[in-house]
Parts: sequence; C-alpha cells; structure tokens
Amino acid sequence: MKKIEINPMTRLEGHGKIAIFLDENGNVDDAFFQTVEFRGYEKFLQGMPIEEVPRTVSTVCGVCRAVHFLCSMKASDDVYGVAPPSTGRKLRELFYSAHTVEDHTAVLYALGFPDFVVGPDASPAERNLVGLIKAVGAETGKLVLQKRGLAVKIFELLGGKPNHPVAALPGGWSKRINEEERAQIEKWAEELVELGKLTLQVFDDVVLKNPKYMELVTGEMYRVEVGNMATVDEQNRFALYDGTQKAIDAQGNVVGTFRGKEYLDFISERVLPWSYLKFPYNKKLGGWDGIKSGPDTNIYCVGPLARMNVVDSMSTPLAQEHFEKFHDTFGAWPVHYIQAYHWARAIEVLAAAEKCLELSRDPEITGSDIWNQPSSCTGEGVGILEANRGTLVHHYITDDQGIVQNANLIVSTTHNNAPINLAVKTAARHFIQDGNVSEALLNHVEMAFRPYDLCLACATHTVTGGQQPVEVNIYKNSGELYKQMKNF
Amino acid sequence: MADKIKFGFLLAGGCAGCETALVDISERLVDALDHLEVVFWAPTVADVKYKDLEAMEDGYIDLAFVDGMVRNTENEHTVKVLRQKSKTLVAFGACASLGGIAALGDMHSKKELFDQAYKDTFSTDNPEGILPEPQCLWEGKYDLTLPAFTKRVSTIDQLVDVDYYVGGCPPHHDFIFQLIQAVVSGNLPPKGSWLTSGKAVCDVCKRNPAEHDQQRLPIGEVYRTVEGLPDEDKCLLQQGYICFGPVTQGDCQASCLNVNIPCRGCGGPIPGVRDYGARCVSMVASSLKDDQTAEKLIAKFNDMAKFCYRYSYSSGILNQKLTPGNKA
Ligand code: SF4
Ligand code: SF4
Ligand code: SF4
Repeated sequence: MKKIEINPMTRLEGHGKIAIFLDENGNVDDAFFQTVEFRGYEKFLQGMPIEEVPRTVSTVCGVCRAVHFLCSMKASDDVYGVAPPSTGRKLRELFYSAHTVEDHTAVLYALGFPDFVVGPDASPAERNLVGLIKAVGAETGKLVLQKRGLAVKIFELLGGKPNHPVAALPGGWSKRINEEERAQIEKWAEELVELGKLTLQVFDDVVLKNPKYMELVTGEMYRVEVGNMATVDEQNRFALYDGTQKAIDAQGNVVGTFRGKEYLDFISERVLPWSYLKFPYNKKLGGWDGIKSGPDTNIYCVGPLARMNVVDSMSTPLAQEHFEKFHDTFGAWPVHYIQAYHWARAIEVLAAAEKCLELSRDPEITGSDIWNQPSSCTGEGVGILEANRGTLVHHYITDDQGIVQNANLIVSTTHNNAPINLAVKTAARHFIQDGNVSEALLNHVEMAFRPYDLCLACATHTVTGGQQPVEVNIYKNSGELYKQMKNF
Repeated sequence: MADKIKFGFLLAGGCAGCETALVDISERLVDALDHLEVVFWAPTVADVKYKDLEAMEDGYIDLAFVDGMVRNTENEHTVKVLRQKSKTLVAFGACASLGGIAALGDMHSKKELFDQAYKDTFSTDNPEGILPEPQCLWEGKYDLTLPAFTKRVSTIDQLVDVDYYVGGCPPHHDFIFQLIQAVVSGNLPPKGSWLTSGKAVCDVCKRNPAEHDQQRLPIGEVYRTVEGLPDEDKCLLQQGYICFGPVTQGDCQASCLNVNIPCRGCGGPIPGVRDYGARCVSMVASSLKDDQTAEKLIAKFNDMAKFCYRYSYSSGILNQKLTPGNKA
C-alpha cells in the first residue's frame, strides 16, 4: 500500500501528522491523524502546592493561554472548598472573556482564514498570516492586530503576565482594579465589540458570499456526524466561564448533564498505539466501539460548533442575531458541517467582546472583596471550564496541605481526536482519487482539521504526584558547607 | 531598503506561547514584516513543511528562533536541520534556553510518566495496557510511526550550537519588539550572549526596598500565596512570600509583581549564574532569619526541586550530574 505523510500538519498549535494509505488504484484506503508528542504533566505536577499549579499547568499551551490556568484554579477552589466572592468571580470572567477574544481572533486570522482569504489552492508560501495581511492590506491587518492587542492588554492587566498568567488564588483573584483601570478596560472592550463585528463581516464577505466556498461549508466532504458536548447556563444559554455540561447525541437528543466529578460517568478515554493522544467517547452511550460516525455513534466533539448545537441561544444580543442567521443557513440541527466551526468561532469573538463590555460596566467589578481565603482543605477538586476549544476538565487529589498527589486532565482537543480522524479520512477520500495527489489537494485534507483549531500542545500534556528526593548543599564563599536542605 | 532578513521560527517541544508573544507585538508586527521575510514558521503559522526546510541551502535562513525544548526524536531532527540552515540561531524562551516547565518531567521515569497518562488516570479506559509505540502495524496493514520520547529533555544548546539566548516563559512582547529593533539595526552583542536588559526583576520592581530607602531585613516567616494577601506595595520576599526576583532577569518588567504574586524565575538567571535552582536556594536560604525559618520553608515547599528549578531543570548542574554526557 502506498503511504503519503503530511508532516508536520501546519497552522495548528503543537505537532501532528497525517498518514494516508492508497490502494492499488490510487484511492484512499484509510487515513490517520496522529499526534506525535507527549510531555507528562499529569505526573510532574505531583508534589506541587495546588495554588502553584495554575501558573505552571498553563504552559500546557501558550495559545489558549488562560484555560488551563482557569480550569485548575476552579479545581483549586474545590480543593479548599471555597468559592470566590462576586467581584473575584467577575474579574475571572472578564479576564477569560478578553482571552477568548484574542485567542479566537488569532486562530481565525492566522490559522483558519488564510485558506479562504488567500485561497485553498494558493501557493503554500503565501497561504499564511503574512499572505493574509498582504491580501487584506497592511491597514486592515494592523487594525485587526491592534484591536486584538487590546484584549491582550486586559489579559495582562488582570492576569499579571501577557501569557501564562499568575493572578489565581484558590477562592478568588489576587488583583483588584480601580476606577481608572475599569474605565480603560471599558474603552478597550468597546473596540473589541467592533473587532467582533468586523470579523463577522470578513467571514460574511469572504466565505458566505462566495458560492465556491459555501460548497465547502455545506459539502459532504467536510461533514462529520457525531455527538456534541458543551457548557450551558441555567437558561440553557451560551456560557464559557461556568455552568453545567450538557451532552447530546449525533441526532441531537440530550444524553444528560453533569457537573464536577460526575464527568467520570460520561467520559472515558481509550488508548490506541499509533497516537500519543487518547480517544474519548461518551460512555453513557455504550463502551468503546471504534472511531465511527453516524446517528448511533458514541464519539462526540466539543468546541465552537458543539456549543452552537448544544445551547438554545446566546447570552448577549448581537451574538444572538448571528446565532439565528447561522442556524437559518444550515436548517437541520445539530449542524455537522465542520467548516461551520470557523463561523461559530467568529460569532463567539463577538459574544465574548460583548461580555467584556458588560462586565467592564458592572458596578461590582471595582469592588475590593476579591478573595475568600481558604481555611480548610478537602483534598480533592474538579474544575470544568468551557475552554475556547471545548470542554476542559482538570481533576486533582491533594494531601491535607493542598499538595498535589494525583492529577487527571482531559483537554479539549483530546475530545476531538476521533472526530478529527473522521474528518481527515472523509476529506482524504473525497479529494484524493485515482492517485491524484497535489499540494493543493493535500491542503484540502488539512482543511479538515483546521476547523477544530487543534491544540496538540495541550492535548499531549499529562501530569502526577510524588516527590523527587532532593538534597541541596549550600556552600559559603570559603567553600565551607553552610546548610544542607533535604526533603526526604 | 536593504534586503529583508530571512526569518524562521520553529516550535520544538514547547507550548507555542513564545510564538504567540511575537504575534502579541500586535500592529508593530506588520511593520516588522517590512524587514523580515518569513521563510519558515512551522508547524504553527506557515505551510512550509519539514521537507521544504530540509531542501533549503545551508545557511539560507539569516535568523532563526526556536521555542520549546527537545522532547522527542522529531524535535532532535528538526532542531539539527534548522541549525544547519540558519546563520544565526536563537534559543527563544525558557524552554529552549533552560528546559522550561516540561523539563520537570525528567524528575520522573518515562514509565511513571506514561503509566500515569495512559493507564492510571481516572478516565482512562485501557484494558490491554496499550502504550503509544514508535512503530505500529495497525490492523496488520497500516504502518504507522511516531517519534520516540527521548530519555531526557534537553535544551537547544545541549544538542546544537546556539548563538543567542532569550529568557521568559514566554519573553514579554515589549521586550521582543526591542529585540527585533536590535536585530534589524544589527545591534547585537557577541555570539553566545543572553539577549537581555541585564537587570534583575528586583531592579525593575516597584516594591524594591531600595526604592523606598529601606534596608532588606532577615525574613522570619514563610508563606504560601494561599496563606494571606500581601501588602500591595511592599517587597513580597520581605513579607515572607518567597520571590525569585533577586536572581532572575527582569526583561518582563516584573510582571507578576504587578498583580501581587511572586516571581518564579521564568526570566532565567541573571548574568554570572550557571545553575539557577542552586542559586535560588542559596539566595532564599541566606535571606532567612534562622534555622527555624528554614525548616518552615522546607515544610511548606516540600518539593524544593520543582520549586526552584521550575523553568530551568535541564540546564541545572543537578540534572547534569545525573546524566553525564547529555550533549548529543
Ligand atoms: S518558554 Fe514558556 S511560553 Fe515559551 S514555549 Fe516554553 S512553555 Fe511555552
Ligand atoms: S524580591 Fe520580589 S517583591 Fe521583592 S523587590 Fe525583588 S522582585 Fe520585588
Ligand atoms: S516576575 Fe519572574 S516569573 Fe514573573 S514574568 Fe517576570 S521573570 Fe517571569
């Protein structure tokens, strides 16, 4: 069998490759999306004080730079049995909303849009952010980057660092804001709403108005029929920072809802030898049954498209208008056309920007009560966050001092592992026929994973407890032993 | 205008945060691109594949950044190729220059790391105890390969020659912008140097006692951040919140301190320090008032190695001693 390898897959975070096998007629026999790296976070977080975990585990990914931080912080609330006061919670949510704007914007313009704006068949040398800036003009490029940069400023102001933030405290937040800072954030947030509108306009002009691209958006070559999972608020609306997880099957029936540790009743992850990434499935719908799509599958996906399918409505007015247009365009619910992920992501830029603005105008946001200091330790905590790429779970066991002993992370891209394999296979079968393999066709295969906004850096985390015996000897300048420190 | 500088950026085993930081220079990026021609930026941003990199002439790239440490055989290969294709190679960020957070994995065996991830985690379903394999004949007919996990994490300079080092996890975007200006104007120090302002975090920290005409006093208490909210204006270390600011490069403008949280050393060692973690311990120990306080420190930060070598385990002497001949 002839094997074609796309290595590395490009315009994603982290490392992956695609292996395509052709039969003797040059048609696709099978195709595999393989994650090629592994780092081991679930083990090496062990031994750390839980409050040090958010800033450390954040480095699982530097693009979705707030989500592991926030999710482990929520788990740390649970470990100490404390919830943040209202202002502390709102600061977290404001911080996360700003992150969503900058992250989704980067993903759309740098990873997703080049396929459409520059074109899927364009020279690979042009089909990137630089080519995109050239195509839209330096002025527009600057405008988008400048506005996105304001979201990074909010992020940095609240989180401390522009990436891998540090302001987490179990039960709250370490940074309060004054009126001057609030007014500044409000001004920036107004511009973020403009960025959201502009981004939807770009999507409308470039994709929705182009019949050739709409064939891709509503075509069978990019359709993957699986279940969905996402967070909803009490009114079944769109929610990112907190809510209840809701799972639907591929036909749209509700499988169930869960919070906290109940995740273990819904999610199981299978190991296969050819990928460093595990394959989750919804175990309420039966045991492991392979990587299959169709109305009865227990494979599910997460992320922007899943959210559009799981929620009844958005929670902000402008985003709601676009949500309605989105569903009017596709008709059938749930939507299984994966290029719609890009559209859903653009709607969420606007939704998150609206949320930033709303929170920046909330009178409570400048309150000084930002932290409920923990007084006891429960020894276990689960954080679930609707991360930009989809549901994220962090689960920690600690000792009675809050030192991590065990950890489990289920990362957004991991949930999407089986769906991405299905997407790549479907696209490969469609585009590669009779031995016809060009760079442009292979890029069409890669366009099957880009909607998921792969974060393989994330997906290949993995952490645990137990400490390293260390002895440190400190010598005086004279060479004489001054102190010996041991942890064993 | 002079010819553009041919620029490459490779993500090795890192998190791509260093690349995001470059995008975070925001609209200034558009101007920077007037001077830089991106000839390689994978896997994150551009569609140039490894085979395209391999096909370039040696020394084709004028300036290349690598972010991330070397964690598997694929990283080893791509870093070596990039070195060959680049006139100047920069180890960009804590992972590339010091090992970074993922190097903490080296405090465990490969078996421990893999068993935790693929067998022992609460949600894992693996009845046959399967582990990912570098070579696998799936269903008896699909030959699928994966890069192998290397025995240890290495920094870029443990694998190839490095011309410059930049600290930070990631480097701050304002600092990156300054760097780009320095590169464009050809204003770089001798090869082998760290590209840094040369100041410690304390030097740029508003809380520095010296700024307030105060003396540093011996510290009699040790707190974890969960144990209290420190005074927002005073030195955290002086208040008992262990802060690595004195021994860390301050190109971040003391970011963490702005939100009342201590420095953990992502900027890398101040000039002259070879083993960051060891220096951290001695700095902290010599700041403590007495043995009793030292005991408190050990009790509260029981896993000292993961505390002090948070970003720099691969470059530490501790690590080197354990594995002589780390250089490939
Ligand atoms: S130094 Fe930090 S930001 Fe850069 S790649 Fe490593 S973990 Fe990511
Ligand atoms: S020890 Fe920390 S808080 Fe104190 S001056 Fe230095 S950086 Fe600032
Ligand atoms: S204060 Fe320390 S840990 Fe924080 S960004 Fe600066 S160097 Fe890194």
